[in-house]
Amino acid sequence: MTHSNKGKSYSKTKKNVSNPPSPPFSKGEKGSFVATRDAYGEALLELGKKRADVVVLDADLSGSTKTGKFAKAFPERFYNLGVSEQDLIGTASGLSLTGKLPFASTFAVFETGRAWEQIRQTVCYSNLNVKLVATHSGITVGEDGASHQATEDVALMRVLPNMIVIVPSDGNETKQVLNVISDYKGPVYVRLGRAKVPAVMPDDYEFKIGKAYVFNIGRDANIVAMGIMVSMALEAARVLKHDGIDTGVINMSTVKPLDTKTLLKASKACKLIITAEEHSIIGGLGSAVSEFLSEKFPVKIRRIGLVDAFGCSGPPEELLKFYGLTPGNIVKTIKEALT
Amino acid sequence: MELANTTRDINFLKEKARILRIEILKMLTEAGSGHTGGSLSAADIVTALYFYKMRHKPRDPKWRERDRFILSKGHAAPLLYSALALSGYFDKPLLKTLRKLGSPLQGHPCSKTLPGVEISTGSLGQGLSIANGIAMGLKLDVLSSRVYCLLGDGETQEGQVWEAAMTAAHYRLDNLCAIIDNNGLQIDGHCCDVMSIEPIVNKWEAFGWYVIDINGHDMEAIVNAFDEAETVKMKPVMIVARTVKGKGVSFFEGKVEYHGIAPTPEELERALKELGGDGK
Repeated sequence: MTHSNKGKSYSKTKKNVSNPPSPPFSKGEKGSFVATRDAYGEALLELGKKRADVVVLDADLSGSTKTGKFAKAFPERFYNLGVSEQDLIGTASGLSLTGKLPFASTFAVFETGRAWEQIRQTVCYSNLNVKLVATHSGITVGEDGASHQATEDVALMRVLPNMIVIVPSDGNETKQVLNVISDYKGPVYVRLGRAKVPAVMPDDYEFKIGKAYVFNIGRDANIVAMGIMVSMALEAARVLKHDGIDTGVINMSTVKPLDTKTLLKASKACKLIITAEEHSIIGGLGSAVSEFLSEKFPVKIRRIGLVDAFGCSGPPEELLKFYGLTPGNIVKTIKEALT
Repeated sequence: MELANTTRDINFLKEKARILRIEILKMLTEAGSGHTGGSLSAADIVTALYFYKMRHKPRDPKWRERDRFILSKGHAAPLLYSALALSGYFDKPLLKTLRKLGSPLQGHPCSKTLPGVEISTGSLGQGLSIANGIAMGLKLDVLSSRVYCLLGDGETQEGQVWEAAMTAAHYRLDNLCAIIDNNGLQIDGHCCDVMSIEPIVNKWEAFGWYVIDINGHDMEAIVNAFDEAETVKMKPVMIVARTVKGKGVSFFEGKVEYHGIAPTPEELERALKELGGDGK
């Protein structure tokens, strides 16, 4: 069984508060921490310098989504729509119809939730070249609480025909994703975060849509992770190796289309597949992996993520512990499943 | 590629509108379902756009400098399809395939299947935002093309319409002209009973728009309104077209029941008689 979010009392959270918080993530190999939203802001600015067709739209959150950097450099190509996400998506769609390359940004919960039908009816149905880059995904939004923590966005975007869904794991990958999708014609959803995360991808890494990155393939278990959970998975694999359990890690940064070839290879090599996502286990990466493997190569699977639960307020590092999104819980889940 | 033939000849435009209505009724009867009332109410407006005001090339639907038409009230698809066929975007016999499996003429307009349809619509309230985005893009490219967007009156109950209303005024989209087909009826009844939308003119003026209030079946008034709209600077224009649902066929006029149903073959026969010939 995966870690359950249920039955955790408030008092337990409170107890955690009194303890000194441990670092939210394992230390990055290179020791650098960058929020993917910050990497986006920088990459967008660079892209704006290179390409005159890039336009950026935001819904009153340009300071937080980091589109503000582009806005400052290219005010004539930046549109603030105010607090109106539905209009944001429609306007971006219209701009794409004149041959522009629009990036529409706001918080993930509003972009994919409030404007879901606009994304369905206009962006995806007409297969428009609109890039939806949302920040503040997952529980690491922290203190703002469940209303601002998107934990269903991947599910909402994944179900839409024509949509590509990408969840970068670190700053380097985010920058690469931005360049790659600017050359891809069609709707893309990119899920970014607020919290600073360690660099996990090697320097020579090249992002390709639909291509997972394999750190290593394990003989006992393989962890398929996205976003911030990649660094957790790497830490968990290190601990497990010490305990004699050979565990591989795969960064499935493109959740749709899923890299089924890599998934199949990893599944055939081991006894257990673990998915790890800062998202509901319903509809997200865990679902995507389970859907594929149950049909093509049934294997023992465990999913780590939010178990049919909303997030809540608190410091990100405490929330991650509270919801079991930790290397420790990955280790525990794997050990339980293998015995 | 040639520009579409357009004219300011009012009698010619009236005759075009008559033929458009005939094609709408014939295709709806053939399909056996679809939206009759709202297609007929906006027929004169759309005729004036496709055969007088808009610069477009039916043989080059993606011509960069074309004027754009967004049918935000996508359920009036038969009206758009008639205008496109009569303009020469595709052959008239295709109209008979409306709503059939494999037809590019989907129940609501689909831009992926039919050239000339700028964007897929059908879910109400979304067209004006799209029109705004196009207007912004045209301005960035310093093109003089204009954007026309037709909304239903019931459609303005959607919140997104008012988000878009603010955006168009804020960005001073004077290359945008929207039209409300104000036939006063929606599926569940009179707009004033279901969810009052009045005072329309005051609302749009308060949102920063230049509003022109006309009889939406007076071809001279329609043509004049589109000309006037072009002279307005720094503001988007809203033409409030007062129309009659089902206009042109006495037994459909003002009847809410004909919002979403097609004529029977017998009704078609009677309707064609009223409209004076089958338009062949």
